[in-house]
Amino acid sequence: MPEVTSGDGDGGPTEGEDGPDDGVRVDMISGARMEGLTSMEKIRLILDGVREGNIVILEEGLTPDEESKLIEVTMTEISPDEFNGIEIETYPKSSSGNPGLFDRLMGKEDTQKLTVIGPANQIETLHKDENLISTLVSRK
Amino acid sequence: MGLLTSLKDSITRVTDGLFASAEPKRIGIYGPPNAGKTTLANRIARDWTGDAVGPESHIPHETRRARRKEGVTIERDGKEVTIDIVDTPGVATKVDYEEFLDHDMEKEDAVRRSREATEGVAEAMHWLREDVDGVIYVLDSTEDPFTQVNTMLIGIIESQELPVLILANKIDKEESDIQRIANAFPQHETIPCRRSKDRTWTKCTRKSRSTSPNNARSNQRRRRRRTHRG
Ligand SMILES: Nc1nc2c(ncn2[C@@H]2O[C@H](COP(=O)(O)OP(=O)(O)O)[C@@H](O)[C@H]2O)c(=O)[nH]1
Ligand SMILES: [Mg+2]
Repeated sequence: MPEVTSGDGDGGPTEGEDGPDDGVRVDMISGARMEGLTSMEKIRLILDGVREGNIVILEEGLTPDEESKLIEVTMTEISPDEFNGIEIETYPKSSSGNPGLFDRLMGKEDTQKLTVIGPANQIETLHKDENLISTLVSRK
Repeated sequence: MGLLTSLKDSITRVTDGLFASAEPKRIGIYGPPNAGKTTLANRIARDWTGDAVGPESHIPHETRRARRKEGVTIERDGKEVTIDIVDTPGVATKVDYEEFLDHDMEKEDAVRRSREATEGVAEAMHWLREDVDGVIYVLDSTEDPFTQVNTMLIGIIESQELPVLILANKIDKEESDIQRIANAFPQHETIPCRRSKDRTWTKCTRKSRSTSPNNARSNQRRRRRRTHRG
């Protein structure tokens, strides 16, 4: 589970486990790590990281249902001058690979969908195509 | 091709897939902010019931709550079908109240608006998972359709097995690119639309249906529909 540090998300000097305050932390989360989690646990893991100012990279993305819940929960947590949402990028599904119903039900279409999520005010996508996501990350 | 049909006819086709059951069906109008969702929802509501759903505006997030217009009766193949039209706020993964400040708004007002907007988007996402039976996805055809939010939303709609019609809106504008939308979502039917300058009507062009082999499932649905009708 993610470390929950309290009270230092508002731009005050960050100390301790987040490391020096001039860096940006990147969490790369393996598919195996996500596998045993419920949808809400995954969303918490992502949003707790992002709200601390981290960039979260998922080796395997979320299912469409989880993506929809991620947007919903993100919306409920937005608050002025504190958190204004997320930026999310995934590799596009190949347009030729419209998966069959069975694969959809099994959630198969979503595996291997590398996903990058970060705080909206700190991350900007510079370029994106099928093979490359180029992102500019700035400090708060 | 090039044949102008009424909006009514295009929209009615979204409901085709829903006709099997007798209970009222709910059509959600989704798409990015400013695409023309409310304009379209009002058009549908006025055409069919005589009053509007909500205010249209060039200010993003003017529609901050999902607005419902209930009991829109449409006729199809001699049968009357009642649908609910749900106009949603544009889905986004971020809402920054400072954007509203650019529109000559006081901070307090901007903060309130952004809060309403976030509630509206959360609500719209919830509806999409639980409460809509079909989707009209509206895109501004002058904008790049290949955004993360569009891709995610279409993916969510597909995973819910909802019938969807993609509207390439604002084709009256010079920078409009309908093909770009058709290319971005080849698995769905794209219907170009525009509203009149005096805002009294909206027209949609019926294009030939996609026969992409990737679209076995939708084609199957269409085939079923045809049989149903015939
Ligand atoms: N040129 C043009 N403008 C349109 C069209 N449809 C809507 N608009 C304008 O686009 C802006 C946003 O429309 P609105 O319906 O509020 O968008 P929503 O945010 O998706 O609900 C308004 O200024 C509309 O008048 C269209 O077909 N052509
Ligand atoms: Mg609107």
